[in-house]
Amino acid sequence: MDPIFQALAHPARRLLVEELADRNDQTLFELTVRLNQVHGLAMTRQAVTKHLAVLGEAGLVRATTQGRTTVHHLDPAPLTAARQWLDAIPHTPEDPR
Amino acid sequence: MIITTASIFVDDQAKALDFYTTKLGFQLKTDVPAGPFRWLTVVSPTAPDGVELLLEPSEHPAVRPFKEALVADGIPFNSFGVDDVQAEYEQLTALGVRFVQEPAQMGPVTTAVLDDTCGNLIQIAAMNAPESGTTA
Repeated sequence: MDPIFQALAHPARRLLVEELADRNDQTLFELTVRLNQVHGLAMTRQAVTKHLAVLGEAGLVRATTQGRTTVHHLDPAPLTAARQWLDAIPHTPEDPR
Repeated sequence: MIITTASIFVDDQAKALDFYTTKLGFQLKTDVPAGPFRWLTVVSPTAPDGVELLLEPSEHPAVRPFKEALVADGIPFNSFGVDDVQAEYEQLTALGVRFVQEPAQMGPVTTAVLDDTCGNLIQIAAMNAPESGTTA
């Protein structure tokens, strides 16, 4: 579970997860443009590549090919353990199950 | 000084001329022999005296790995302006053009990215109306 929480411990990586949850299978170009133009970051393609690699080590994102283009695919399955861990902590009245 | 020509490296000049005219709707401007190749340019029908797009052969050995790396990361080599990205996307898709990025708002612009079948990705773009703003 450590790799999952490490992967989610950076705001840019959470944005990447949100982006791919909204529309899966985006190219590096598209993700970089969206982080910069839509979310107001100032991030190079190289930095986005590094963040995608961290998400990849956690099993959350994997690269696949469409034709000769690489796209990045979100697989939320590894989040299940993290969700269960969070849910095992008592909930508050403001945050019922 | 004015910009008269912009070039794009194409894997096959004849195939490129077909794609850029019959699919994207540009017009042939110049077609003259240049050694074993052609000096081959197209223009926008709405700007026949505007910037010419030179369909240049991908002959230099550095060109193919360069193009392949751009295509792998989804990076378009050129960007063309359109009035309505969604309408253009639907029209080109009906003509069999393959897109690697469907229309999406990118802050102040809406863009989509297509495959020119000659080793390049091409972006089409339009500025958003001010009220449609910056939401994703």
